[in-house]
Amino acid sequence: MNTIHKSRRNFLKTAGAAAIGSTLPISLIELAFADTAENFTFAYISDAHIQHIEGTRFVRNWDRGLIRAVAETNLLVPKPDFVFFGGDLAQLGTKAELDHGAEIMSALRYKVHYVMGEHDYYLDLGDYWEQLFGAQYYSFNHKGVHFIVLNSIRTYDDWTFNRWPSNEQRMLEMAGLDNPNGSPFMVGEEQRNWLKSDLSKVAKTTPIIVLSHSPLQKIFKGWNFWTEDAEEIQTLLKPFDKVSVIYGHVHQIQYNQIGNISFNSVMATAWPWPYPQSYAQAEQYLPKLTVPMNRADPFFERDATGWQFINMNNGNADLHYTLYNNTARSVIYNTKTKQPEDSAYQSEDARIPPQTHF
Amino acid sequence: MKLKPIKAILLLPLALAFAMPTASADEFTDADLERWQQQFMGVVQQGRDLWTSPELGTNGVACAQCHPNAANTHPETYPKFQKQLGKVVPMWEMINWCLKNPLEGQPLAADDPKMTAIQAYVTHERRGVTLEPGKH
Ligand SMILES: [Fe+2]
Ligand SMILES: [Fe+2]
Repeated sequence: MNTIHKSRRNFLKTAGAAAIGSTLPISLIELAFADTAENFTFAYISDAHIQHIEGTRFVRNWDRGLIRAVAETNLLVPKPDFVFFGGDLAQLGTKAELDHGAEIMSALRYKVHYVMGEHDYYLDLGDYWEQLFGAQYYSFNHKGVHFIVLNSIRTYDDWTFNRWPSNEQRMLEMAGLDNPNGSPFMVGEEQRNWLKSDLSKVAKTTPIIVLSHSPLQKIFKGWNFWTEDAEEIQTLLKPFDKVSVIYGHVHQIQYNQIGNISFNSVMATAWPWPYPQSYAQAEQYLPKLTVPMNRADPFFERDATGWQFINMNNGNADLHYTLYNNTARSVIYNTKTKQPEDSAYQSEDARIPPQTHF
Repeated sequence: MKLKPIKAILLLPLALAFAMPTASADEFTDADLERWQQQFMGVVQQGRDLWTSPELGTNGVACAQCHPNAANTHPETYPKFQKQLGKVVPMWEMINWCLKNPLEGQPLAADDPKMTAIQAYVTHERRGVTLEPGKH
């Protein structure tokens, strides 16, 4: 199994280097089981933030990020079983942006499952997105794994329905990450009830992968690195042997372990975000476990985006990050300490200066 | 002999103070402090408005998209050696780099009121942080 895993990883490195002279800004996720015939992979692209300027003009930088990810995902061998898109396809949720993003995504030669981001949602509450991509929350089984997709970026009804004079303004207010007029993300009662009933049909030994846009853990409220009802979701997931939550939104590497639940973020194709500790005026709770990725070099416009190869080894997540213009990172689930740990940088004295964010 | 010019300089404000007793240079009131703070915060607010404005460049991209709360801009470290520019620069040069590249816009003059406002906002978000010029 490890041999298969390694050879796949090496192939990707070689393919990436040969085809584009660099690494791939997508996440290839391999699920490995005792029976290797059950192994499969899927790719993960997130946070494209396609941004309309006017007419046929879109922000070139963000377009390039998504176009590159799509092109490189198509090069993957072995072919991934499907692709996930982790949310924030658009910047302001307009038809122009969603159509343009969907058109770029349509070049993918695989089935794509979509997760809703706040930049897709707050203009029309997902109406047009649903026409293009389907339901806002759903689950499916694939080769013995139960996949659950949640719309985790909803918020209080009063904020959504009563506060803003227009849908356009509501979208703008939520689009500003640091906007004090924003509102905390939440899954909400409707989906929690649905999740409860969905999980009631799943065996406790079945590996579960939950895909959400926001972290289903509380890190920093000011930038919505946060889900208001995170603890309630965690409680629903607690009875299961192996649970992984994979989320977008944060545009950076984060990982954590809470009880039986492993948390892993994926990176954006558009731009990286600062770690919350670099905002001097606020309290934040970046998981102690997370060794940050290197501070981004703005002179390389694709820096601090990248891809992670995730090996779900008997339900435990091993992550292999490959970063633009940076040394690759590996975050391996340690079965003794029962938490993900960076294979090179986890101990305080092993860290390098660019990993210090201030 | 050397003291003479210094004395002359010191005496000048005193002379003015006697001439205009209401405009004493070394005296100010709480009301003055409040007014100056208001002036400053007004410029900080202008800077915040520019920081979140899609109009500052030409492509609709705002500074805040990559730098929420002006995080990861490090005003307390300037002037510093900016490795990408190959020299020691004050902060406004780096701001202009961002205006020209991610925002696809025009650079601002060093003394442009907009540049002052942007720097006021960025620095205000870092209030309380120790000055560390040159730090990378
Ligand atoms: Fe995003
Ligand atoms: Fe987001």
